[in-house]
Amino acid sequence: MSAKEYRTVSSARGGLLTVSQVPGIAFGDRVEIRDSQGRKRNGQVIRSSNIEVLIQVFEGTDHLDLENTWVRFLDTPLEISLSPEILGRVFNGLGEPKDGRPPVVSRLHRSINANAFNPAARTYPKEFIQTGISTIDGLNSLVRGQKLPIFSASGLPHNRLAAQIVRQAKLPDEESHFSIVFAAMGVSYSDARFFQEEFASSGVLGNVVMFINLADEPPVERLTLPRMALTAAEYLAFDLDRHVLVVMTDMTHYAEALREVATAKGDVPARKGYPGYLYSDLAEIYERSGRIKDRHGSITLVPVLSMPSDDITHPIPDLTGYITEGQIVLSRELHNQGVYPPVHISPSLSRLMKDGIGKDFTREDHPHVSNQLYALYARALETRNLASIIGADELSARDQRYLEFADAFEKRFVAQGEDEDRSIVETLNLAWELLSLLPPTALTRVTETEMAKYHHHAGNELRQPVQKEPLA
Amino acid sequence: MTKQGVIKDINGPIVTIILPGVANGEQVRIGELGLYGEVISLQGSEALVQIYESTEMVRPGEPVEGLSHPLSVELGPGLMGGIFDGVQRPLEKMFLQAGDQIPRGVSPDALDRESQWTFTPTESLEPNTQVSGGIQLGSVQETESVLHRILVPPDVSGELIEIAPEGDYSLDQTIARVKTADGEIRRLKLFHRWPVRQPRPYLHRDHSSEPLITGQRILDTFFPLMKGGKGAVPGPFGAGKTMVQHQVARWSNADIVIYVGCGERGNELVDVLDSFPKLKDPYTGRSLMERTLLVANTSNMPVVAREASIYVGITIAEYYRDQGHDVVMLADSTSRWAEALREVSGRLGQMPVEEGYPAYLASRLSAFYERAGRVETYDCGRGSVSLIGAVSPPGGDFSEPVTSHTKEIIQTFWALSKELADARHYPAIDWVDSFSEDVSTAAIWWHEQVDRNWEKRRGQALSMLARDAELSRIVNLVGPEALSSAQRWILEGAALIKEGVLQQSALDPVDTFSSPEKQFLLLDTILAIYDQGADLIELGVPVQELSDLPILAKLRRCKEVYDSDQLDQLREFREQAIKSFESIRSEYAQRGELTS
Ligand SMILES: Nc1ncnc2c1ncn2[C@@H]1O[C@H](COP(=O)(O)OP(=O)(O)OP(=O)(O)O)[C@@H](O)[C@H]1O
Ligand SMILES: [Mg+2]
Repeated sequence: MSAKEYRTVSSARGGLLTVSQVPGIAFGDRVEIRDSQGRKRNGQVIRSSNIEVLIQVFEGTDHLDLENTWVRFLDTPLEISLSPEILGRVFNGLGEPKDGRPPVVSRLHRSINANAFNPAARTYPKEFIQTGISTIDGLNSLVRGQKLPIFSASGLPHNRLAAQIVRQAKLPDEESHFSIVFAAMGVSYSDARFFQEEFASSGVLGNVVMFINLADEPPVERLTLPRMALTAAEYLAFDLDRHVLVVMTDMTHYAEALREVATAKGDVPARKGYPGYLYSDLAEIYERSGRIKDRHGSITLVPVLSMPSDDITHPIPDLTGYITEGQIVLSRELHNQGVYPPVHISPSLSRLMKDGIGKDFTREDHPHVSNQLYALYARALETRNLASIIGADELSARDQRYLEFADAFEKRFVAQGEDEDRSIVETLNLAWELLSLLPPTALTRVTETEMAKYHHHAGNELRQPVQKEPLA
Repeated sequence: MTKQGVIKDINGPIVTIILPGVANGEQVRIGELGLYGEVISLQGSEALVQIYESTEMVRPGEPVEGLSHPLSVELGPGLMGGIFDGVQRPLEKMFLQAGDQIPRGVSPDALDRESQWTFTPTESLEPNTQVSGGIQLGSVQETESVLHRILVPPDVSGELIEIAPEGDYSLDQTIARVKTADGEIRRLKLFHRWPVRQPRPYLHRDHSSEPLITGQRILDTFFPLMKGGKGAVPGPFGAGKTMVQHQVARWSNADIVIYVGCGERGNELVDVLDSFPKLKDPYTGRSLMERTLLVANTSNMPVVAREASIYVGITIAEYYRDQGHDVVMLADSTSRWAEALREVSGRLGQMPVEEGYPAYLASRLSAFYERAGRVETYDCGRGSVSLIGAVSPPGGDFSEPVTSHTKEIIQTFWALSKELADARHYPAIDWVDSFSEDVSTAAIWWHEQVDRNWEKRRGQALSMLARDAELSRIVNLVGPEALSSAQRWILEGAALIKEGVLQQSALDPVDTFSSPEKQFLLLDTILAIYDQGADLIELGVPVQELSDLPILAKLRRCKEVYDSDQLDQLREFREQAIKSFESIRSEYAQRGELTS
């Protein structure tokens, strides 16, 4: 380690420090900076030549006086110390303790910028996780090793939903074996507090590692924090064989911090001022989830992000959706109607669901039931739209049934209690109750066998016009 | 003698080196780790290099070595069934040697040097004859379904001095010697190298005459792509681009499939690696993996190798084309490639023109797509490369630069729609925004091979869908009561086409593949029944009576009930359906309710 300190700072601006005449400094090296009062700041080399080294200062460059700034290059990339002791601890974005307890002592240090997983080393995630939430389990199932974000917006109950997932997630018929890594970037004190209390009250604190950066703490730390958290998650999953559930909130603050730094560096912006590499940068984070051949553990990732102005086409949700394996989208409209969890079904999707559900995993009718609910709800929303134009009374009897279905679906299937933990069988049975509001001829996504087995009015196919059937 | 130099400046993936004599495009290795990179510009003895790997902890002053050749791929037996990264490093081998993560600065040979291949020389080829690039020296059965023709490399010509007899050879052994015009003796092996940024030569271009059959109804029947054609699949996230590409990779009647995962998810490649070996090619009955090759630069891998990956893919595709094969290359996603281009150009301080993209985006894109096509090869008859690129427009907005430039270049456009995907109408290909410029050429094939009414039926279906859109607008304004019975039957007919033909689940074991005969029969059946119904309605049968017929629900399910080799049963069903309509007609006639 180079103990030598340099005092050749030639400029300090916008969080960036230039140091001259320091040859041979490694790109990505960690840096310690001391100001005139002897206070320490942290940094990282983001460009290096023999003439000049550019350093990004985590705590910013405000009040640095060029004459009296000392820079020390630590000759190491950003690392985290790892041992089983990290469970139950709280750290900041640099991996330093934030809980008043001493640092984790270990010989095992890892760079937080891991090399990419070899695709040939991965195994396809397939094991269904039961979250006890019908809209997720029934329609957008989560599997071990998946990355499935929650797209939310200010004022919506994403924290409560994330906490409910953490509390209830387990494989069906198994007790929870998840270790939890919680990463908070730029969140308010009360949000951080909410999660800490959640973990404490459900008795899992000893099985959680927290990385917290509050809204008033240095934004640059938000860039290293998720990488710290994921390095810890990888250690728990692939060294200690644990199944890890990583909750990250709020990815929007992360991306904003990235934009801030990119702008200071003068990077060419792509959309809305975000740098062109936002996609690759987010992918470096999200792609660290998954399953690896011959390893017992797994990393399941649930990032939470708020969509600026509720806009799903904003670069942050947009690029996230392009990387993750689906998304759970929350709806302000449902929230305002008092529906919890206000999951907006249409744009929500789980891409890994197809291999994790059905006969060998949940129940044989699950894939078709999910498809059918989607198709019906889409049709029912069109009908609702029509009803708002021409009036519900003008609708045909058949269309009336779709309206009835939409209402029942939202009130009974989507809505559930914050402590209500529905098994997948309960969810599917509930789905059939709703499907049975419609005659069998209206259901073309389920098979005739499934209909015979589960539809409440199977068998009496309607040759007669629908009007003559009593409404279910 | 390798050239030696030093690192001057490191700016992420862009490194300035001092290396006298280095050429533009030359491969270099930099630093103690020996990271691989490529020279992208020169100024005096300084060169800018883009590095394919992370430059973390690399220092100025570390050594640099020039490798004296541009980025090239190894072409020879052993490619099929493999997975390679964006610069053709063999990922399976790297996993076995180095573990879960991709280590830096290592580059095992792309093709295995130990394996033995049985080489059969071309019978007619005698020593002392003149040979030139593309002439077939012999062949190797690479996999059960792929005959690999060993060609004289494009840059070699001269007198064939010797050719090896039939026997087993490894890749490093000489199988022929050629004396070039200037007297040099070239030893040819079972493989050769070719620079990826240089298109491989061929005799001349040929027009495409056969559609690529993908087994997907909306693609083959409505928006066909020719063998050797260029297609694009744009769509917002989650709309189904990757699914479309996977389906084409699975079920198309190509000899070779090259799938390039360019800046996308690792698990999607695992999906292919897991499922393809178990799936059977419907044409050869062999495992699909035997004819498939994957190039993987996942989104979390360094971006510079992403830029290279599509060239690696297309060069391998051209190589199999030169052997007379029909090759399909899928690139998912070309937008990520364009973004890699943008990132490098940004680091170089080049002037951005639109949304940060450099001015040369359009020309690079079209030069890339231009490498697709059907050609007359030098010695192996005709071969083709069909190229299908996914496009991922930000916010799903098709007016952005990559989508709009791509649209100008391609002939077939499969536009995915968020609305359809949200309603789980899969494949979510929008029949209004999509187009194929080759319908009339494809029609010749369909009319000869399947049915003379193909183009007519296709046209009828599309105009019914167009009528449906108009009528639905009216319904949304004033309600369904405003429509006549005949108009309501059109809505019903359009719904039948959407559900019974256009929607096709990739996850359903029967529906995932539809032979051209099945595609036509389904469409023809639905239209025939529609026509019958239209007649009845004209005779006064209430539309509700028809819409509620259970046979219509059955009709929607036919696609999943009858396999492509159960068409007789499907025909039987059709007869039945038509009969049940006829019985309604006579029922009404008896009751004397018919107006005529
Ligand atoms: N033909 C199909 N049959 C059944 N499901 C489909 C089909 N096409 C798409 N899907 C569903 O849509 C999901 C998303 O599709 P896909 O991953 O291909 O989207 P994409 O356009 O590639 O998205 P991204 O740009 O984010 O990669 C799939 O996981 C699958 O559930
Ligand atoms: Mg995709």
